[in-house]
Amino acid sequence: MLTFRELEFKMAKSSTSDAQALFRSLRSAYAATPTNLKIIDLYVVYAITTAVIQVVYMGIVGSFPFNSFLAGVLSCVGTAVLAVCLRIQVNKENKEFKDLPPERAFADFVLCNLVLHLVVINFLG
Amino acid sequence: MVPNHGSIGLRALICALLSICAAASIRPISDAHRSAALDLFVPSGGLFQSLEETYEALRTFQILGVGNFSDIGPATCPVIIDNLTSPASSPKDLFDAIRVNSILECQIGSQTFKDVAEKFQDLIKSTDKLMNFYYSILGLLHVKAQGVSVVLPDAEGVFYSIKALSQNDGRWQYDSNNAESSTCAAGIALEALAGVVSLADIELVQSKIGTIKHDIVKLFDSINSYDDGTLYFEEKHIDGSEYKGPLATTASVVRGASAFAAIVSEKLNIPGDKLVGIAKFLLSVGVPSSTKDLFNQIDSLSHIENNRISIPLILSLPSTVLSLTSKDQLEVEVTTVFGSAAPPLTVNLVRASSSDVKNNPILENQELQFDTEKNVHYLDILPLKIDIGKYTLEFEISLHDPENLNTYATGGHAHSLIFLTGLVKVDKSQIGIYDTDSESSASMLKLDFFKDDKISLVANHLQKLHLSFQLFTPLGNTIKPHQAFLKLRHESKVEHIFALESSSRQYKIILDFLALVEKFYYLSGRYDIELAVGDAAMENSFLHVLGYIDLDLPEPPERASRPPSLSVDPYARFGPKQEISHIFRAPETRPPKELSLAFLAFTLVPLGGFVIGLLTLGVNLKSFPSSSVHALFSLLFHAGIAAILLLYVLFWLKLDLFTTLKVLGLIGVFLIFVGHRTLSCLASTSAGKVKTN
Repeated sequence: MLTFRELEFKMAKSSTSDAQALFRSLRSAYAATPTNLKIIDLYVVYAITTAVIQVVYMGIVGSFPFNSFLAGVLSCVGTAVLAVCLRIQVNKENKEFKDLPPERAFADFVLCNLVLHLVVINFLG
Repeated sequence: MVPNHGSIGLRALICALLSICAAASIRPISDAHRSAALDLFVPSGGLFQSLEETYEALRTFQILGVGNFSDIGPATCPVIIDNLTSPASSPKDLFDAIRVNSILECQIGSQTFKDVAEKFQDLIKSTDKLMNFYYSILGLLHVKAQGVSVVLPDAEGVFYSIKALSQNDGRWQYDSNNAESSTCAAGIALEALAGVVSLADIELVQSKIGTIKHDIVKLFDSINSYDDGTLYFEEKHIDGSEYKGPLATTASVVRGASAFAAIVSEKLNIPGDKLVGIAKFLLSVGVPSSTKDLFNQIDSLSHIENNRISIPLILSLPSTVLSLTSKDQLEVEVTTVFGSAAPPLTVNLVRASSSDVKNNPILENQELQFDTEKNVHYLDILPLKIDIGKYTLEFEISLHDPENLNTYATGGHAHSLIFLTGLVKVDKSQIGIYDTDSESSASMLKLDFFKDDKISLVANHLQKLHLSFQLFTPLGNTIKPHQAFLKLRHESKVEHIFALESSSRQYKIILDFLALVEKFYYLSGRYDIELAVGDAAMENSFLHVLGYIDLDLPEPPERASRPPSLSVDPYARFGPKQEISHIFRAPETRPPKELSLAFLAFTLVPLGGFVIGLLTLGVNLKSFPSSSVHALFSLLFHAGIAAILLLYVLFWLKLDLFTTLKVLGLIGVFLIFVGHRTLSCLASTSAGKVKTN
């Protein structure tokens, strides 16, 4: 029979090892995703990182040209959202968009991005 | 016979109504007008600004008898000849040239006149405008005066054409299209019609002349009048571009009416009083300050002076301020408008009434005597015992010879305003200080305003100042002057002004210092005393420094009002003003430049990370289509996207939304086309790959 202390230690170890096992399984599962989806994921990460940097900057210097800040953040977040939509549509495992050719989805992505950035540039001031 | 009260009351009422507005002082044409003519009409090198102004100048000089034409003639004659011979001259130019020539009498050959006459005759046949008729007909009259025989074609037709433009109220239209009638046009039309009659030299049917006479009477019925009895013509419809004032309109009508009156055999039915009213209006302009006004005034007065209907006689006073001290006499002149002598007549002063007390006339029915040397009618007013003041006089002219009533017009009663001035005596003047409770036992000092000794008084705030005096006119009546003020001025230049009250016999003022302590701002010290008494009829109005008073006032309490600060030099307002410091909104604090640039670099870091990640993932560019067509489209697709992004950068930097949208539309269409091609061939290749797989 294990003591309370030994049980704790074992549980902690197992929780950390559980977390590690979870992480490892996620990584391996992710490696299986097709490359184009990985590109899109990378793009989303890039966009969000840029948005975070902008928020940090605003936190430091204050929000004086508030419209510029909003334009910048909207650009990053908007393009991230559009990329997510593209990922949904391009993903072959998604039964809903089976009939949609990926080129069409990409064309929509490009068009929506162009419109989004027109609005962003106008709002940038 | 005692006139009954009713008629006195009515006459007084009429006199009161008429004397409400002061009669303008009218003087006949004098040397002031002559020198004004020489000052206004100044030729430069013998030439005036235009032929029209040349005519105005020459005619004015001719009527007034001034100016010499010796330097005007040689310079202007070439211009006249040029105008007459040039084929491009308008009817107005020809007309101006020919009427200046009739004064200057340049050397012009008769052939030129014949050509000009022909031009005028052609114009008469072809036109239907009033001004063209006027220029041609009067132009032909001037040509005829040069000795060239002219013929007016179809005089009756011309007469009818001009008459056709007339309106019901006696006015005329300028041409048949213009629906508005004009009084000026009436004068012009009448001159033209008179010209037709004298050119045609045939007996026009009396009925035709009768209708014109009827029109003239109707025109004169529409005359306007001012309150002082002057009459004038004015346009009813005012055309914004060409407004002619009452002087020009009246002058035009006078010219027309007198021209027409000169050619008809019997007199026109215009009452002489109207002509006197018009003459008074023209004279009441005074000495005009513009060339056109002076010409209109002098020209129309000369027509009035020489007209066949009736010649107005003007009653004027050389001086309207008479002094009892220098024993002036009331003098009245009766002349024609140009100052020429009138026929033998008598002037009667019907009524003289004081302007203040309107109903009781001071004088009635005094006949003025005539001084043949000075050519004035005079009245000795000293024996009449009239006191000083302002009076309205009403005169009546009666001609000795009743025959003259047909030729001359006296114009009813003439009104004038005169001032009678004299020395006012000041009597029983005294000043003193007394305590509030002992008014009767005040010790008063006698004052003499016209001696130089100054009085000095001392008072405190519990006492009162008393000043009183009496004013008498030369005839011994009491007078109430326009101004009677007492001024106390402190050493610090603070002033207080009080008006004196008048009781039945004297002027007095009592200053209660207890009540005035606050008004004086509690300032103790020496005050200068000044007394000002004045009136328009008083020849010796005065402003005297009587002396000074030392006032002892209590200390001001804490809340007392300060005396007003001294007014600064009034010219200081033209100096520079105080500088205004504007308050601007404080600009927002911006972060330092280095920090911003650092973060800009920081923002680009994720982009680098993205590229590195792409490389790590092993992204391949192999799927770039190899066949040239597809490659071209792919290239163009990327180029289009790059172009749009470049457009956005330019939009941010300097373009505006509308230009951007326009250009975006163009590039967008291109991009859609190219993109569709690229992606479809990409899709076909990938589908083909799937199929093969």
